[in-house]
Formats: sequence, C-alpha cells, structure tokens
Amino acid sequence: MDIEENDELKTKHRKVAAYLSIFPGGGQYYNKQFLKGLFFTVTAISFFVVFYDLFNIGFWGLITLGEVPMEDHSIFLLVQGIIAVIVLAFGLLLYGLNIYDAFKAGKRRDQQLGKPSIREQYRNLIDSGFPYLMITPGFFLLIFVVIFPIIFVVLLSFTSYDVNNRPPARLIEWVGFKNYIEIFQLDLWRRTFFSVFTWTLVWTFVATTIQIAIGIFLAVLLNQEGVKFKRTVRTIFILPWAVPAFVSILVFAGMFNNTFGTINIHILDFFGIDPVPWMTNPLYTKIALIMIQSWLGFPFIFVMVTGVLQSIPNELYEAAKVDGASIWQKFKSVTFPIIMYASAPILITQYTFNFNNFNVIFLFNGGGPPVSGQNAGSSDILISWIYKLTLEQSQYGKAAAITLLLSLLVITVAIWQFRRTRAFKEEGMM
Amino acid sequence: MSMKTEKIIRLTLTYFVILIVSAVILYPIIWIVGSSLNPGNSLSSSQVIPDNATLTHYKSLFNLEESQYLIWYMNTLIICFSTMIITVIMIALMAYSFSRYRFVGRKYGLMTFLILQMIPNFAALIAIYILAVVTGLIDTHILLILIYVGGLLPMNTWLAKGYFETIPHDLDDSAKIDGAGHFRIFWSIILPLVKPILAVIALFAFITPFTDFILARILLRSPENYTLAVGLYDMVANNYGAEFTKFAAGAVLIAIPIGLVFLSLQRYLISGLTSGGTKG
Repeated sequence: MDIEENDELKTKHRKVAAYLSIFPGGGQYYNKQFLKGLFFTVTAISFFVVFYDLFNIGFWGLITLGEVPMEDHSIFLLVQGIIAVIVLAFGLLLYGLNIYDAFKAGKRRDQQLGKPSIREQYRNLIDSGFPYLMITPGFFLLIFVVIFPIIFVVLLSFTSYDVNNRPPARLIEWVGFKNYIEIFQLDLWRRTFFSVFTWTLVWTFVATTIQIAIGIFLAVLLNQEGVKFKRTVRTIFILPWAVPAFVSILVFAGMFNNTFGTINIHILDFFGIDPVPWMTNPLYTKIALIMIQSWLGFPFIFVMVTGVLQSIPNELYEAAKVDGASIWQKFKSVTFPIIMYASAPILITQYTFNFNNFNVIFLFNGGGPPVSGQNAGSSDILISWIYKLTLEQSQYGKAAAITLLLSLLVITVAIWQFRRTRAFKEEGMM
Repeated sequence: MSMKTEKIIRLTLTYFVILIVSAVILYPIIWIVGSSLNPGNSLSSSQVIPDNATLTHYKSLFNLEESQYLIWYMNTLIICFSTMIITVIMIALMAYSFSRYRFVGRKYGLMTFLILQMIPNFAALIAIYILAVVTGLIDTHILLILIYVGGLLPMNTWLAKGYFETIPHDLDDSAKIDGAGHFRIFWSIILPLVKPILAVIALFAFITPFTDFILARILLRSPENYTLAVGLYDMVANNYGAEFTKFAAGAVLIAIPIGLVFLSLQRYLISGLTSGGTKG
C-alpha cells in the first residue's frame, strides 16, 4: 500500500533527504527545516567531541584490557568499554532517527502536503515525545542497574579475573572459553559442579513437590463440607507465609542446633529418640532443609488452591455423587484436574523459585557442612555456590561462567512457561 | 457402614490432621517467644517457656548503647519506603505509556522487559559486587535501593500494563476532546482508576527489600548500615548461641508487626501474585 503510493509520486525528495542526512542534519537543511537541521548537526558534533575520549579509551580497553600493570586497571577499562558501547548504541539510535526524520519530511514534500508550521511541529513533538519522556527514567535505571551488570557478567566469564589475577597489581586477559572448559575438565571443579548441580535438582524437585502436595492436601481437607472454624484454621495455616522468611529460617537454624536446639532436646527427647547431628551431617542437613522449605512454602499454594476450590461449581460433585464416586475418585477426576488447569503456571514458578532459593540454604547452615575434595559445602545449591565463589574465594571468572550456564537453564524454562501465559499472547509475541 | 458414621470418621481424621499441622506451625513461634523471654544469654532452661521469664532482651534491643537493632529497623524501613515510592512512580509512568501510546520502539521495549524478567535475579550478582567495589558505591543505601527498583521494574510493568488496558480508552478520548493535555489525562483520569494495581505493586515493592538478604549482605559492610536481615544474621552467625536469646527477641519484634500487616493485606497480595505472578 505504502510502496504503491510512493511509486506514484513524481519527485524524489524523500530519498535525497535521507541520503543527505548521512551527514547529520543535511536532509533537514534540504527540506528547509533549518532549526531542526542545526539541532542534529550540533548534537552530532558535540556527541563526538564529548565522547571522543570515552570511545578512544573504552574501545582500546575493551580489546586489550590494559597493557601496563598498576597503571591500567582492567576492570575500570572493562567498565568504560561497556559504557562506550552503550553510548555508541544511543548515538546510532539518534543517527537513525535523524535519517528517518529527513525521509519523513521529504515524503511530505513529495506528497505535496506542505511544510508543517512550527506550531504543528511543536505539537507533533509533544504528542510523539510524551511516551518517551515517561519511559526514560525507568529505562535509564534498567540500563545501568540491570542490563549493564548482565553484560559485565557475560564478558567477565571470558576473562582470567580470579584470586591470582587481581587488578591493579595484575592485568586481566581475555581467555575465551577457558573458564567454561575448566569447569568440566579440572577435577576439583567438575566434581564440585556435578555434586552441587545434582543436589540443586534434587532440592528443587523434592522440596517444591512436597510443598505443593501439602498445600493442595490441606486446601482440599479444609474445603470439605462440615468442617468448622474454617476462618481461624486458615489464618493459622497462613502464618508461615506472614512471617518474613529470613526470620523463620534463622529461628529454625536455632531449633535444629545440635546442642541447644529444641528439636533435639525437647521433641526427639520426648519420643525417646537420640539427638540427631542436624548441622554436621550432610544428609540430615538436607532433610532438615526440605522440611523447613515445606513449612515455609505450603501456605502460598494452600491459599491459591483454596481460591480455585471455591470457584468449582457444586454440580460437578453432585454429578459425581450420583455416579457413586468415592472421595478419592472425586478428587482424582474432578478436583485435581481443575486445580492443575487453573494454577499450573504458578506452580512452575515455585520450582524456579526454589532453584534460586538462596535464603533458606545460606541462612540455615551456610551451605554446610563442608566436604573435603570440593570447594562448595554439601548443602550448597548453585546460587549459594556462586555467592561463595564471588565473596569468599574471589573466583570471579568461573563464577561468571557458572552464572551464565545457570541463567541459560532458567531462561529456557521461563520461555517455555511464558509461551503459555495470556499476557504474552495478547501482545502477539513469539 | 452408614453415611453418618463415615462422615464422623472423616471429620475426626480431618480435625486430627488440622491439629497436627497447627502444632507444627505454632511450635516454632511459641519456642522463639519462649527463648526471647529466657533470662540467660544462651538457652539454658529445659522448658520451652521459662519459669523466670524476663523482658531484659527486649529492653536491651531498644538501648542504642547495647544494640544497633533500632538503627537496622530504621535502615530497613527507609530502604523499603524509598524503593516503594520510586518503583510505583516509575511503573505508573511506564505502564501508562505502554498501554496508551503506540510509539516507535514500544514492542521492542516490552520485549526487553519480558526477557529481563526471565533472567534470574542472581545473574548480576557478581557484577553488582565488583562494580560496587570499584565505584565506591559499596556500603551505601542508594545503590541498594536503585538495584531493588531495577529488579522490580520489568515484571511489575507488565502486571500494571495489563491492568491499565482494562480501563476503557473512551475515557481518554473524551477528556482529550474536552482539551485535557497528556499529563492531565494521566494524572486526573487514569491514575485514580488504577489505584488497586498500584497498591499491589507498592506492597510487592515494600516486601521485596524487606525480605531480601543476599543483595543487602553483598553491599552493606558496616554494621550501622545493615538492614534487619543482615543484622539478625550477623547476630546469629558471629557468636552463635551466645546471643541467641537477644536474637530471639529481635526476631519476635519483626515477626509480629510484619505478620499482622501481612495478614490484613494478604488479599491484595494474592490477587497480584495470581494475576501476574511469574517469578514466585
């Protein structure tokens, strides 16, 4: 449609203007929009004057990561390099806008619509500029606190930044895929990676499934006809969710303490069981962690499923009753499918949440107890291992590589899940 | 077996399960309250609720010379409120533009948000730490607040945008005909109608920094800058057992007010989590 219209136009102002705008502002002069043209020219010149040094140092730094130890700080250079790339991207965006603007004004001339008055132009600028104005603060923040760090981690995973190579005393180098390869080749790293990864998967699967099962079970239980004090019981069941998790986990750490914890000295004692080494035996720590996460996680599922149950029409159960269905059959063929249908996407988020559940692992036992022959504790999951590699062992390059591997996994799950959500389909993406 | 006896058996079993679950939920709470009333510094009493209960630990928490607990509480509240206010303002502006305007780059913008939302929040952990160290912004609240806000933006913008789109466009159009400018339409027509979703987001934006441990732990170095999560952890980790009763009092003083606020607002939280909850 658009193309056809263009073909009928006899003059070629739009193309000439667009080509002339390769020199910023050129097309605007050609279209006799001198003020606008001046704006683009001045912006382009000042852009280069102001950012010349940044580009110069930034790109040199990004490629070499510095040449003289003590003088060049590789991390600073990396940071400047990324900033230079971001600024350049902005510049190119502005440059594209300049060409597009000249093309549009040229087209108006071709269509003999006449030049818009200054007043019109102003209105136009306000109308089309307003959404950008509203978005800018948020976008800038995102670029600097979210996008920038992510680019940094990606680049870091290809460098030799670790405990032995720390600027300013030493320079960092680009090492390609060395970090990734070493994670799978060096004995210590491979052993640690696989033991942490296995436990992460077991932890995610077992802890989440148990908390979901308990949540669904209690919701169905409480939703039965004839159960009294439903409101009170519901309030009690929500309590673990109401208390901030970090508080509960630290309290549990005290409760499970080998020497003074109440689990050993009161509860197990009451049943005549000997004290259990919760904090020093890997297996018991893991069992304790799964029990704690069940305690912390079931209320959310419970509340959500209760909501779903209350929306199931009673006729379904009456029909099942007429057919002579038992309680279990009713649950299996009516209740459970409806719960799954209504809340599957949210249940999946519970798995991703536990996959990244740093708080419970770290606050309960610090990822411990330690094991010999690997550089992670026995209850460490990937995220708490990354934390330790960064803050305690200064293995930045490898930590970044592991972060990236892990992120890819999480993103894959997220994409798979997102393709099913509604908000997504509404925008017609993917 | 008649219907009636079956029902009685079923209900008895139900109440039995409810009792056990309630005991499991309430026991830690009773135990920590009991510990906080324990007279010694470490747990010595063999009873859950000690005979000679005392409030000294609560008193010492409120004494600035003995403990920095109040400072941590203040820090946490300042960080939470700042995060909440900045997040709500930015999200209201962005969701409005995304739902009401069709501008160049809109689709890419939304797409970026979607992708950013999928990237797990620990991905930037190492970078945040290293960058904070080299820029000297480590141990400041401002960086922590900005990172919380940045983390909250992508998902909640989508959540808010969905809600904004349920407001009929006719309202804006008639206001435009009456001569209202862009900002006026936003401020006096749309904003009052989207208060419910902004309230949900405000709640999220308050809870996230309150319950976060990892970022605060990485960035905050000196005890007078700690948040409650880091402070309490420190209390337990540094001299475990030796200060446990004091820690218990601190835990109770967080659990009770936050728990009450949560219970009164949980309806809104659930509506938000189920309509847009993507990150758990």
